[in-house]
Parts: sequence; C-alpha cells; structure tokens
Amino acid sequence: MRIAEIIMAIALAALSLAIMYKAGERPTWSGEARFSNVGFGDDGSPQGGFWPFWVCAIMFLCSIWVLVNGILKVSPPAKSGGPYLDRHGVNVLLTVGVPVFLLVLLTDYISMYFSMAIFLFYYLFVLGRHGIILSSAMALVMPFWMFLFFDITMTRTLPKGTLAVEDGIYVPLGNFFRSLDGAMIGLCFLAGAAVLVAASRLSKRGEDA
Amino acid sequence: MEVLGLLLDGILIALEPANLLICFIGVVIGLFVGAMPGLGSVNGVAILLPTIFFIKQSTGSDAAPMIFLAAIYYGAMYGGAISSIMLGIPGASTAVATTFDGRPLALKGRAEQALVTAALASFIGGTIANIFFTGFAPPLASVALKFGNPEIFALMLLAFATFVGLGGDDIPKTIISIMLGLVCASIGFDVIEGEPRLQFFDLTGFSRPINFLVLAIGVYGVGEMLWTLHTTRGDTEMSKADISLDKIKAAAGNTFREGWKGTSIGSSLGFFVGILPAAGATPGSLMSYGVAKMTSSKPHEFGKGSIDGVAAPEAANNSASTGAMLPMMTLGIPGSPTTAVLLTGLVLLELEPGPRLFQDQPDFVWPVIGSFYISNVIAVLVNLAFIPLFLWMLRMPFTILAPIIFILSTAGVYAATDSMFDVWLMFWFGLAAFMLRILNYPLAPAALAIVLGGITEAKLRQSLQWSDGSFGIFFNPFFDRDGSGSTYWIAPIIAWIAVILILMPLFQVIKRRFLRGPARPSHWQG
Repeated sequence: MRIAEIIMAIALAALSLAIMYKAGERPTWSGEARFSNVGFGDDGSPQGGFWPFWVCAIMFLCSIWVLVNGILKVSPPAKSGGPYLDRHGVNVLLTVGVPVFLLVLLTDYISMYFSMAIFLFYYLFVLGRHGIILSSAMALVMPFWMFLFFDITMTRTLPKGTLAVEDGIYVPLGNFFRSLDGAMIGLCFLAGAAVLVAASRLSKRGEDA
Repeated sequence: MEVLGLLLDGILIALEPANLLICFIGVVIGLFVGAMPGLGSVNGVAILLPTIFFIKQSTGSDAAPMIFLAAIYYGAMYGGAISSIMLGIPGASTAVATTFDGRPLALKGRAEQALVTAALASFIGGTIANIFFTGFAPPLASVALKFGNPEIFALMLLAFATFVGLGGDDIPKTIISIMLGLVCASIGFDVIEGEPRLQFFDLTGFSRPINFLVLAIGVYGVGEMLWTLHTTRGDTEMSKADISLDKIKAAAGNTFREGWKGTSIGSSLGFFVGILPAAGATPGSLMSYGVAKMTSSKPHEFGKGSIDGVAAPEAANNSASTGAMLPMMTLGIPGSPTTAVLLTGLVLLELEPGPRLFQDQPDFVWPVIGSFYISNVIAVLVNLAFIPLFLWMLRMPFTILAPIIFILSTAGVYAATDSMFDVWLMFWFGLAAFMLRILNYPLAPAALAIVLGGITEAKLRQSLQWSDGSFGIFFNPFFDRDGSGSTYWIAPIIAWIAVILILMPLFQVIKRRFLRGPARPSHWQG
C-alpha cells in the first residue's frame, strides 16, 4: 500500500507539471512566448493561463506533501502493510472493469443497445451464475426498455455503431414504435416487465428442482 | 407573514395531481436507490438527471423536474437506513452512522424497532429542517443579492476552505481533489479572453470544460460500483424483521420515549452542518451521532443498540440534506455532491441559480420548497407502508443490480452530452476514482470544484481587474473599490474565515506538538 501511495503521489505530481506546462502554451497565432500568460497582464488582472497554472502549482505542492507523508509513513495507507489491490481487487478489475471497457468500446461498432445486451448477458450468466433463461430475458428486456425510453420517448438517440446495423434494424424499429401512441408504449414497457417476471419464476423453479 | 403565504401557495401547487405523482415516483425511486448498497442519492440523482427533459416536456413546468430530483434525494435519505439495519452495510455513505446502533438492534431481533425509529426520526429531522429552510432562505437570498464579484469569490473560497478545515480527510489529498476538479472546469477556452487553453492532444472533446455529469457519473456510478464490489466481497447476511401494525405502533412509542433526544440533536445539528459546503449529510449524521453519545445519560448503550443512536444520525441526514439545499438555492453554491447535481439540473433547465432565483422565479422556487414538505410526508408513509417490499427488494442479488447501474451510467452520460468522448472520459474517471479511493483520496471535493470552477475563476479575475491586480479587494475592508471611500465588510469577513479554516489543521498540529494535548477523536470523520 505504501508503494502505491508513493507511486500515485509521483504520478499526480507529474500530471500537475504536465498541465502547468500545457497551461503556459499560447496559440501559434498570438506569437507570444510560452508562460507569458500565467502572470498578470498590463491591466493588472490575471491572464488566461494564470488560473490553471497556479491551481496545478498548488496540486504539485500537495502531491509532494503526500509523497513525503508516504515516505515518512505518516498517512494511513502508507502505514498499512496490506497490498494495494489484493487478489479479490484484481479480480474485480479484470472481471468487471474490463467488460465495462468493452461495453464502451463495442458501442462504436455494434451500437450501444447490442453492446449492453452482451454486457448484461455476460454479467448475469458468467459472473452472477444466474440461469440462462433469466440472463437472456434481462439481456433482451433492459436494452429494449432503454430503447423505448431514450430513442422513442425522450428522442435522445443513443449511438448506433458503424457496422451498418442502423439502417437494417433501428430505422424500421424506430419507425414502428414512433407510430404508436403513449398508451401502447406503456404497454410495451409492461410487456417487458412481464417477460422479466416470467423468466425469474422459471429460473427459480429450475433452482428448486 | 408574506413568506407563509408564498409557502402555502407553493404547497398547494406541489399538491396538484401531476406534481404529487412526480413526487411519489421520485420518493419511491429514492427509497430504492438509498436502500441498495453502493447506490446513494448522488448516483441516483446523477444517473436520472437526463429524465428532467422528459418531465419538463410532459408537464410544461420548470418546478416539476426539480420536485422529482429533490424527492429522490429525500427518499434516498430514508432508504439508506434500510440496508444499514438489515444488512449491516450502509445503503449510502449518509447512512454509515446508522449501522452503529441499527445493526446491533437488528441482531438482537428488534429490526422493526430500528426501522420505525429511523423512519420517524427522518421525518422529524426533515420537517424541522424544512421549517428552518423556509425561515432562512428568503433573507439569505436578499442579502446575497447585494453581493458583487469579490463577495462571490470569497464565498467560493469559503466553500473550498470548509473541505480543508472541516472535511476530516487527509489535507493534501483533499486539496489535490479540489484542484483536479478546478482544472477539469478550466479546460477548453479562457472565458474572458477567448484564447484556447488546455486542449490536450488537440482533441475536440477538450475544446469545452469537462461536464460535471461526466465526472459525477464516472465517480459515483462506475467508480463507486467497483469500490462496492471490491469491499463488500458480495457476502451479506440479512436480518429477519417481523412487521405488523401492532409492532409498528409499539416501536413508534419507544421512539418518542427513548429517541427524542437523539432526534432533536440530529434535526438541529444536521441542518447547520448541511449548510456548510464541505459537509452535506454524511458528516452531519456522524457528528450528530457523536454529540448524541456525548450528551446521553446512557452512553454505554451506544453501539449496542441504542434507540437514540439510530434516531440521531437518521434525523441528521435528512435535516442536512435540506440544509445543503439552502446555499444551493440562495447562493448557487451546492452544500453536498447531490445538491451539485441538482444545481446542474437548474442550469440544464435554463434557470440561473443564485439569489436572483427567489426574486425572478417565485413560480419555480415556492412550489419546489412546498414539495420538500410533501415529499417528507410521502416518504415516511411509503417507507412505513412498504417496509416488507423493500426487504424483499434487498434480496435482489447485487449481480443483477450492478450491471444495470453500469449500463444506466453509460446511457445516461451519452443522453446528457451526446458525445462518445464523454462516455470514454466517464469510464476513465471511474477507474481513476476507484484507484484513488483505495488510497483514501476524497472525491466529493472534486465533484463540487468542477461545478464551481468556472464561476470561481471568472469572479477572481473580474475582481482583480477591478482592483488593478490587488488582492486587497478580498481581504481589506477599507480597500477603495471605486474611489468613493466607502468600506465593504462582507468579502473580507468571509475571506478571513476561509483563511482561518484552511489554517485550522495547522493550529491543531501545533497544539498537539506543543501542548501535548490528546489527538482529536476522529472516529466520526468519514
């Protein structure tokens, strides 16, 4: 834990220095030298780079403070002898963190709804060890609800990906649901709920047997 | 008396069927969100923020979306107690103190007593805080109307200083967190001179400040979920509760006999702690628990299932959540991470938060305040009536809830920002938050700083422009602002309090070193 505390402090100090360097940058058209904007201008008031530069300067000093505390074993994480991430923590990162990463990554290709369905199925079936019926039902109904809510009701379309599923699937689906009135949409939501309830009943029975 | 008339009108509007329905739905969602471990009021409000457009569209009023969000906030304060008591895991950080005595009561087989005490104390705490709120808000807003740039900057300074002085977390880590939030808010363009700045790698996503929601959902959606999965290890054991009308009646009687002291301490202390920008409901409830224990005639019962020990933190977290609304509505400074989300909601609804709200938008302000009273009543009724339902819901495995939160976070960020770049940013923020959290870095300061960053910088620079670069405009009451020779006391008083707060930890170090006094007990500083 102490090593992690020290590494994190160094990383934050480096980040602050990098941002301070970036804050001093002037656009090429202004023709001014780097760091000419972090002080006070001719009118006596601070210029554009002043705020981010000095904010990061304070952050840099505090990172050094944390670093010293870590080296002197003053802060609680530095005193604790345990590892930064135990085996369980690493597991959480690999089995949950990485799939969330993939959830976002796949959105660009196969659309957010399909990506959600795959993620839900993985999480419920593989991680949660739920039955295949319940897992599939959740993977179908949740994205369906999201689609009804975001794309249809709130007219805030979520990304459809580059693999051209848009025209083949979403356009006809969207046209169909947009032609329904409010009450029918409500019924569609309820139908989803019914599928979920039925699936959880079925999978319970499976567990009992 | 004018206030009473306005409040009555507000309550009547809040009682209209549409608003009442929204309030009810909000409270139920809030109870659920609060009761689920790993989900708190911040996550709930942040993830559901995009729905305000839908609510505004379907009701046509600005007040309805706010009523909805505030109802979630209240509901979550009630709900947090349920999992603290039944599972021994706080449903939200605001309910940590409730586990101290709620869990022992449940283990003794008196879970229903703890649940009923929590609900009633929450109701009383919330109602008392509402009365305070109604009394304080209009005068505070009218004082704040006279604030100029230096005064507002001094207030912002005070907000950040309270984190450092009273937050109770590691000081350099708190400051780093604040600075990270401030930097995120300054990305894109310099608002005064229009020059581009901090556009890392020339990505178009960095051509505007990072949206508060991106950080909030990253930290409180993804990061918090990973953290909960990491710390709870998925094993929880549920207590049994035997609920019947007679038991509820008996438990209510016990609450009034044995819990009145804790309730009154929590209600009053919670409100004032909640007003402080750093504090919010979590420290409010922990502090009230500490004070209730200190002043109790039976302190030995605390930690073993004292009714006062359940009542104090529960009254306090409800009271503090109303307290946190006070600076949000009157000054535009959120008192807690959740109110920071509410503030973002105000901005999304194209309302300008701050003192002018009371003057310009009475049709918005008073129905919202009226709804605070209504949601409290709804929350206590729903809570007591549906305790069995919530117990059933708590059996829902975390392996079903967690993936739903992850997909809601992703969809929520996209719906609010329309940008995949922001969804990626949310993911990386979540991961970073998880890594930082293990090392005890507090993240609430970053969430508040990103909201306040833009205005803090603008007010600082405008004030310094005014004073020709002299910081005397903030600290010296005799500083001549306009050549008229008049004195300004408000900004210096606030600014000096901020300085004292920042230096407070230093005083304590000195006191400990030289006076050899005992270290401050820090068990309640979450």
